[in-house]
Parts: sequence; structure tokens; C-alpha cells
Amino acid sequence: MSTELIIALIKASLVLGVLLTNTILLIWLERKLVAGMQSRVGPDRAGPFGILQTVADAIKLLLKEQIMPLKADRAMYLLAPILALVPSFLIFMIIPLGPDLNIEVGGKDYVVDFVGADLNVGVLYFLALSSIAVYSVVLAGWSSGSKYPLLGGVRASAQMISYEAAMGLSLVPVILYSGSLSLVDIVSSQSGNLSTSIPILSSIVSFIPKWNIFPQFIAFGIFFIAAVAEVNRAPFDLVEAEQELVGGFHTEYSGFRFAMFFLAEYINMFNMCAITATFFLGGWLGPTFENFLPPVLSAIMPIIWLGVKTFLLLFIFVWIRATLPRLRYDQLMELGWKRLIPASLVWLILSAIVLGLREFGLPWS
Amino acid sequence: MVEALLFFAPASLIIIGALIVIFARNPVHNAMGLVMTLVSLAIIYITLNATFVAMVQMLVYAGAVMTLFLFVIMMIGVDKKEQSTDSIKGQTFLVSGVFLILISLLAYVAVSSDFTWDLWFPPVEYDVEGTPQLIAGVLFTDWILPFEIISILLIVATAAAIALAYDIKKRSSNA
Repeated sequence: MSTELIIALIKASLVLGVLLTNTILLIWLERKLVAGMQSRVGPDRAGPFGILQTVADAIKLLLKEQIMPLKADRAMYLLAPILALVPSFLIFMIIPLGPDLNIEVGGKDYVVDFVGADLNVGVLYFLALSSIAVYSVVLAGWSSGSKYPLLGGVRASAQMISYEAAMGLSLVPVILYSGSLSLVDIVSSQSGNLSTSIPILSSIVSFIPKWNIFPQFIAFGIFFIAAVAEVNRAPFDLVEAEQELVGGFHTEYSGFRFAMFFLAEYINMFNMCAITATFFLGGWLGPTFENFLPPVLSAIMPIIWLGVKTFLLLFIFVWIRATLPRLRYDQLMELGWKRLIPASLVWLILSAIVLGLREFGLPWS
Repeated sequence: MVEALLFFAPASLIIIGALIVIFARNPVHNAMGLVMTLVSLAIIYITLNATFVAMVQMLVYAGAVMTLFLFVIMMIGVDKKEQSTDSIKGQTFLVSGVFLILISLLAYVAVSSDFTWDLWFPPVEYDVEGTPQLIAGVLFTDWILPFEIISILLIVATAAAIALAYDIKKRSSNA
């Protein structure tokens, strides 16, 4: 019991540490990348390559005065930043970071699983928590007692409802392929290489890993678009469109509470990329080079692989932000309801038919 | 001990949330009280080993339905004064009458069925977990007919709602 508790505590504090340092790195990386894409220098004063810029910003935000508008609804105004952070930390708990590891402490063998919690309803847990996350934006917008945040909040609720449907529907074919709602099982179902019954193709295809992105490329596309919209990133950042809404839902927040929103946004972005990597890019799967790497290094190779995939996706997030202009509100709604949802439904039916044929054969045979 | 704590903490949150729904003046506070009730109910489902139902509760009710509620509240406008007069004549009288009937019915059922206030639940060993596989297995075999009837009912309701909304829109644009 006590060792379980200790392992759980270590896991929880590790998650906290990893997410916080990751965010610091991520914000710096984004600013550098966007600066590079826009032919600017970007942050370069604090530390080598300006890597300490985020730390300086965080300290500045912590020390700043916290202003609350007179017309604000006190309870909801204070609750909103907390509601933003909690789901983002909870979602990370279900992402599998690597295979089970056997370690020996004091002559006893322990099995450490590199996942916060392996839920058998993991996919639903992820969808449920990401739908809870909308409350922080809506409440922050409404409770500020100011019109621009309110507009941002109303936009957020409409946007997140629309894209959640497409996101959930695009995950159903993946669940059908993997046959499980647990993220650990979804990763392990992607191990090995692709196989096909067509003889000419099989030699080419057998080099490609059996990741879900290859049979489910349309689901991946829909999921990725919905993911960008779900974390309110450009080009779907109507929630905080600077040119129209000052700062969107967090206009009236300052100091530490603003920092909490900022932190939640980047953790959500990181989570979303890690989840996408888990669903479609094989998660932590990858060569561990056991033969010519020391055992400690090959044990953490899965984490490195997941990190590489996640940061590749994060790079695409930043790239999209630097490239595409913001959608208009009606375009956003049309894309969600008239394109993505029908597309994901059609793709779901097609994948179900293919899987059914593979499982049961032709209905008349 | 842990079971009792896991029951009483969400249970009291459910009651507090329900009271907020009834007594808070502000519609947004009402909605958030309902969210609190629904999320706490999901925690109770988890303690009862019904993980799938708990997640659906979070996803559908706390996630989707309540977000729509909030959206509608914000669209109509939060700052409207609450109506303090009865919209139906003798509303208070009727409601308290129905309430009294309900309470006496519950009391009658409780008394007639030998209900005891055994709040420290006897520890029950759950060997079944409400997994998606289990629920789907039951739903798509034994209860397939009610399931299909409900799905038709929902489609009819959705189509009717769309038809009603569309008609109103057309009429207002003609005027």
C-alpha cells in the first residue's frame, strides 16, 4: 500500500514538474520559431538564445498587481483560472509514456508503469475533460463583467461544442481499429509493421510501422484540425482575437491569474499533441537500440520517441499559426458543422464497413 | 472509512449544488451549481464501479448539455431581472401541494418497505465493473428493441426541433 502511494506521489510530482518545464520551453520555442518564420530575431536577451525569457516573464507576472474589475462576479472570476488548469493536468495523467519497467529496489522487484493511470475508458476520459475545459473560458469571459471578454466567452462555447463533436467522431474509427478505449492498449495495438494481402505491395508496406495514421489518415486530418480548434490556436483563435476583442476572454485578468490561463493554454497544446501522437503516431513506440545503448538510455528511449513525435506536432501547430490567417466566425462554424462532422461520419461508416468485411467476410459468402 | 468519505464528500456536493440551482439568483450560478451536481454524481458512479456511465455522465451532461445551457443563457442575456410574480395563477399553492404529495408518497414507501437509516453501508464486494463492453453487450442483445425505439424517438425530436426553428425563422424574415 505505502509503496503504491509513494509511486503515485512520485508520478504526480513528476507530471507537475515535466508539464511546467515543458511549458517554459514550449513558449520560448514558439516565440523563436514564429520570429524565424517572420524574419525577426525573437527573444535573445535573457540567457543563451533567450531561453530564460519565459522564466523572466513568469516572475514578472507573479510579482504584478492583480486587478479585479468592479463589475466582476467574484466567485466565478476567481474560479475560472483554476478550472482552466485542473483539466489540463488531469488529461496528461492518462498518456502512456513508455512500456512497463521492472526495477529492483532493495532486493525487491517493482513494476513501474509509465502512465499516470491506465483507464479502460481512457478515450472517454480525455473527451470528458476536454469538454470540461470550456467552462474556464466561458466563465472567465462572463464573470469579467466586460463586453469583449463576454464576446470571447460566447464564441468559445459555440466553437468548442462544434469541434468537440468532430473530434469525438474522428476518434471512433481509431477505437474500432484498436478494439479498446484504453490508451495503453491503443498504443500497443500499433506495434509491428503494416501487412497486406496484395503480394507486390507487401514487401514495400512491411517496412512501414503499423501506426494508425496510415490506415486512418482522414481521421488524423479531422482530429488534428479539431485539436487546433479545441485549444483555441490560430487560425481558430477567435476566442482571443486581439484585433477584435482586445485580449478575448482573459482581457480583464492580470498577474498570476493571467499566467494561469497562459499556462493552461500551453499545457493543453502539449497534451493535445501528445494525445495525437498516442492515437495516430504510435505513442512511445520506436526503436530502443537495446544492442548498442546502455540499459538506462534504452529504457528512456520510449519517452524520447514520444517527445520527438509530440514536438514535431507542436512545430506544426506553430507553423500553422505563423502561416494561416484567422477564420471568420461563419467560416469557422461552416467548417465545423458542414465539413468536418459529415466527413468524419462518412469516414466512420467506411472504416466500419472495411473492418466488418475483414472480420466477417462478404455478407453473401 | 475511505468508502464512506468517497460517498459523503460528493454526496454533500450534490446537495449543495442542487441548493445553488434552486436558490441562486444569477442564472450562470444556477448553471454552475448544476454542473457541480452532475460532476459529483459522476464521482459517485465511479465509486460504484460504473466507470463507463461516469464518463458518459461527464461527457454528455457536464460537458455538452451544460455548455449549451450556458451558451443559451449568455445569448439571451444574463442581466435580465428575474421574474418575481407568478406567471401561472396560484403557482406557489399548486407547487407546494404537489411537493407535499410527493413527500408523503416517499414517506409512505419508506415506512411500508421497512427502510432503515443504515448510512454506514455494508461493504459490498463489486466483482463486476461497468465497462463499455459489458454495457454494449447487454444493450445490443437483451435491450435492443427499447434502444432502437429510443433512437427513433430522438431522431423524431431532433427533426421536429429543426422544423420548428426553421419555420419561425422563415416567418420572421418575411415580416
